[in-house]
Amino acid sequence: MNISDNLRICRQSFRLPWVFIVVMLGLGVCDAEQGGGKAEVKKVTVKKVEVPLLLPYESDQLPVAEKEIDRRVQEVLKKQGVTAARTCSDEVFIRRVFLDVIGTLPTEREVLYFINSDDAERRAKLIDVLLEREEFVDYWTLKWCDLLRVKSEFPVNLWPNGVQAYHRWIRDAVSENRSYDVFVRQLLTSSGSNFRVPAVNFYRAVQGTEPEAIAEMVALTFMGVRTEYWSDTNRKELAGFFSQIAYKKTVEWKEEIVYLNPGSSRPLALVFPDRKKVIIPAGDDPRKVFADWLIRADNPWFSQSISNRVWYWLMGRGVIHEPDDIRPNNPISNPALLQYLQGELVASGYDLKHLFRLILNSRTYQQSCIPRSDHPYAAAYFAHYTMRRLDAEVLVDALNGFGNTREKYWSPIPEPFTFIPEDKRTITLSDGSITSQFLEMFGRPSRDKGYESERETNPTEFQRLYMLNSKDMHGRIGRSPMLRDIISRATKDRKATIRMVYLGILSRRPTDQETAMVLAHFRGAAGKAGLRSAVQDLAWALLNTKEFLYKH
Amino acid sequence: MKDTSMRSHMSRRHLLKTGAAAAIGVPFLNSVNFAGAAEEQAKPRRSAAGPAKAVIEIWMWGGPSHLDTFDPKPGAGSDYCGPYDEVVNTVADGMQINARLPMMAKQAGKFSLVRSMTHGVNAHETASYLMQTGRSPGDGQVYPSIGSVVSKFRGYDAGYKGLLPPYVVLTQSHGRFTEEGFLGPKYKPFATGGDPNRDPFTVQGIIAQGITDARQQSRRELLHSLDTLGKANPHSRDFKKLDACEEKAYTMILGDARKVFDLSSEPDALRDRYGRHSFGQSCMMARRLVENGVRYITINYKGWDTHKMHFNSMNQKLPQMDQGMATLFEDLAERGLLDSTIVWCSGEFGRTPKVLWKEPWKGGRGHFGACFSSLVGGGGFAGGHVVGSTNKKGMEVEDRPVYPQDFLGSIYEKLGIDPEGTLDNGRGEKVPITIASEGKGRLKEIM
Repeated sequence: MNISDNLRICRQSFRLPWVFIVVMLGLGVCDAEQGGGKAEVKKVTVKKVEVPLLLPYESDQLPVAEKEIDRRVQEVLKKQGVTAARTCSDEVFIRRVFLDVIGTLPTEREVLYFINSDDAERRAKLIDVLLEREEFVDYWTLKWCDLLRVKSEFPVNLWPNGVQAYHRWIRDAVSENRSYDVFVRQLLTSSGSNFRVPAVNFYRAVQGTEPEAIAEMVALTFMGVRTEYWSDTNRKELAGFFSQIAYKKTVEWKEEIVYLNPGSSRPLALVFPDRKKVIIPAGDDPRKVFADWLIRADNPWFSQSISNRVWYWLMGRGVIHEPDDIRPNNPISNPALLQYLQGELVASGYDLKHLFRLILNSRTYQQSCIPRSDHPYAAAYFAHYTMRRLDAEVLVDALNGFGNTREKYWSPIPEPFTFIPEDKRTITLSDGSITSQFLEMFGRPSRDKGYESERETNPTEFQRLYMLNSKDMHGRIGRSPMLRDIISRATKDRKATIRMVYLGILSRRPTDQETAMVLAHFRGAAGKAGLRSAVQDLAWALLNTKEFLYKH
Repeated sequence: MKDTSMRSHMSRRHLLKTGAAAAIGVPFLNSVNFAGAAEEQAKPRRSAAGPAKAVIEIWMWGGPSHLDTFDPKPGAGSDYCGPYDEVVNTVADGMQINARLPMMAKQAGKFSLVRSMTHGVNAHETASYLMQTGRSPGDGQVYPSIGSVVSKFRGYDAGYKGLLPPYVVLTQSHGRFTEEGFLGPKYKPFATGGDPNRDPFTVQGIIAQGITDARQQSRRELLHSLDTLGKANPHSRDFKKLDACEEKAYTMILGDARKVFDLSSEPDALRDRYGRHSFGQSCMMARRLVENGVRYITINYKGWDTHKMHFNSMNQKLPQMDQGMATLFEDLAERGLLDSTIVWCSGEFGRTPKVLWKEPWKGGRGHFGACFSSLVGGGGFAGGHVVGSTNKKGMEVEDRPVYPQDFLGSIYEKLGIDPEGTLDNGRGEKVPITIASEGKGRLKEIM
C-alpha cells in the first residue's frame, strides 16, 4: 500500500478491462496484491511493544468469543507481523458503544450497573439493548441525512417542508430497520410530490438536476464511487438511466413533483456500469431497470459499498478507505474480511442491524485504542480501535446534558421559519440548514455533496478556545446540577467526591494516580466555596481532556 | 428577471478536461490519486503587488435598498422613493446619496460607489454565495469566500504570525453557507460572538469574566496532569494537532490578544463618534484588528431584509450606519491606515425599487438582484467616483454592468492576489480564483 504498490496495481489495472478488475476486487481475488504487498513487508521493521496492562483503558479479560471477523483480521495481522491491541476495559467499552451506536453518553447509573455486572454476556446484552433504543433511530437517521444531503437551502434546496417530510421518511426506515435493498430501491424509483412521496426528495437533494449530476450522486451514495475518476463515456452511460427524470412546480409553496418524462417513444439503449447492455422499451422506467441491476445480490458494488460503510462507521476506518472512494487503485486492506461482511449482509436479507451486531460483538471492535504495534499500517489492518473526536451534535448534547443547558436552534429560511423546541436533542435535528455557531465550529457536515469526509473532525484553535474559556462552558460548569449535587453531598471523603465527578464526566472511576493528583489540587480548598471551586476546576479539566473529547 | 451570471460560469466538466487531473483516455479510471497530492497547493501568480494589506468588509446581511442608500432616485416619485425624496450632495463631484447619510457625504472623497452591480439572483443564499465567492453555484463544488481566500494567500501561506487569526468576523459568521468552502476548516473565520458595544466585549473563548489568570494557569496544569489518554497515546497525530491548537488558544487567552478587544482603552470621544451601538463599536473594533495585523475582517451587519415597514427600519438604521461607516473612513485616514486597508460594503442584492404599500408589506421592499450598489474605498482604490449607473427608477443597469467576480477580482488585485490564479479544490484539481464575467471586467476606472 505504498506508492510503488499503488502504481503497480494501477499499471496492471490499465492493461486489464476494467470490468474484470472490479469483479476481482469484489471477490477479493486481489488479495496477494492488495493486502499483502510483499515488498513492503520487507521494508518495514516491526517492533513489538511490550508494556504492562494500561489502566484504565485495557483489560486482560477476553469478554467475548472469537468470531469469524476476528479470525479474518488476525490472519492479516499475523501475516503482516502486527501485534493487536489488548481488549478494552468494561469502562471504555460502555462509553464507546454508547457513543458509536446511539450517539449518547451513558448515565452514571448505566455505567455502574454495567461495570459491576458479573454476567459473562454483559457486553452482548448491552449491544442488543442499544440497538433497540430510541436514540439509535435518532442518531442513524442523522447519519443518513448527512449522506442524503437533507438540507433546506444551499447548495441543495429541499426547503423546510420537504426536509421535514424526507426526514420523517428516513426515520421510519431506520426505525423499522427496513432492508437496505428495499430502502435504496424506494429512493431510486419513487415519483410524485416531495411532500406526499417523501422519497422523491432524493432526486431533489442534488446540485443541479442534469442526468450527469444525478448519476454522480447515485454512484457516490450507493456504490461508494466517485465518477470524477470515470471516463466521460462511462459517466454519460450511467446518466442515461436518469435522463427521463423531470420536475414541475405546483401552486403549493415549494411543492415539486418528480416524475418520469419519457420524451420520445423510442426504446432506450443503455449500458450498465458493468458494461452489460440493456434495451429499455419505451414507457418503462429506466430508474427501475437500474435499481434492479444495482440491488442484485451478485452486484459487488452494492453490498461492498454498504458493508464497508458500516464497518467504517463503527471502526472509524474503512476496509477500503475512504469508504466513498472505491476504485481499483484504492486498496482493500483485508479483502477476506470485506467479503465476509458482504456475504453476511446479503444472506441476512440486507439487514443492517445484523451487520452492526456482528461487528460490535467482535473482539476486533472491542480492542483497546492503545496500539501495541508501531507498524505503520496497524490502523489500516485494524490492530486497534481508531479514536475519533465526538461528532459535533453528540458533543453539544453531552455538554448540555452535563450543564442542563439548551441550544436555541432555529432557521431563518422560509417558509415557514423553523424553531426547534428546546428539549429536543441535537441528534434529532433534521435540517442541515439549522443555524448553529457551535455545530459549524465543531465540523457538522455541510451536506454539500454527501461525502463522509464532510464531517470535519480536525481540531481547530477556535474549538479549543470554546472548550477552554467560553462563556457557554463556564456557564455550564457554574450551573451544572450534577456538580451541585456532588458538592451538596460531599463529605470529608474527598476521594468519593472525585470519583463521582469522574463517573459523571468520563464514565469511569479515577485511577489511584489520578486521585492523588486531584487530591493535591484539592488541598487548600477551604470551606464549601473552596470545595465548589475545586470541583469546578476538576470538571473543567475533565471536560477538556482528550478522553472526553474523543471516542476511544 | 434574466439571470445573466449563470452563463459565465465554467463547467466542472470543462475544468476536468483542462485541469491537472486531465483524462488520460482510460475508461472508468482516468486519474491516479495519491495521498498527499492534495497537499501541493497552487501558488497564485503575483500580479503587481498591491498596496493593500487588509480588508474590512461591511456585509449588509439581507440586502439594503440601493434607492435608499447610495443610488437615490428623487425624481422617480413616491411610489419608488417613499418618504425619501431628499438627497445630499457629497464632497465628490456629482455624487449624491440619500440625505439621511450626511456624515458619509463628507467622506465621499475616500470611497467610490459602484451603482451597476448585478447578478440577477433574488434568493438570499445564492446571491450571498455569488457576492462572497464570485461564483454561481451548481458546478458541484463549494468555493471559499473572499475572506477565506485572503486568509490563505495573505495570511497562512504568507507566514502570518499575528496575535489573532487572520480572518475575523464581528460577531456572528454568515450561517447560510460555510465561508471556507473546499479550502477546509483552517480557513474558517474566527467569529467573536459577544457585543462590542458592551463592556467587556466577551469574545468567544478569549475574554471570560470571573476567571483570574492564576486560576487559568492552575487549571491548565491540572488538565495536563490528568491527560491520561494523551499520555497513553503519545504518538497520536490527532492529539499532537489538538495540543498545537491548545497552545495557540492559550496564547490568546493569556496573552496580549485580550488587549486588542478592550475598547475601553479608546478615548470616550472617539467611541462616541463611532456611535454607541453595536455597529459603530464593531467599526472601531475592525480598525483595531487592522492595527493588529488581522488580514480580513467581516462586520456582519444584520437587519437589512426589510420586507415589511421598510422605512421604519431605515429611519432607525441609516443614522447608525452613517455614523459608524463615516467615522471608520475618517479614523483610518487620520491614522494613515486607509492607503493599505480596503473597506468595502455591500449586501447580497438590492431591494425592489417599487415600494409595496399594501398589506401585509405596509411599505416594504422585496429582493432585487438586477441591480444594486456596492461601495469600495481605501487600499489604493480611488475615492469620489461613481462607477456605472441604473435607469431613472433604479430598475436596471444602464451603463457598465459590474458582476460580483469583477468587484471581488478588483479587491484581490489590490491585495496582490492574482484574480486569475488558482486554488486547489481539495480533489487535486486547480480551479481559477475568479473567472471572467461577461461585463467589462475589473474596476479599472478606480484602480
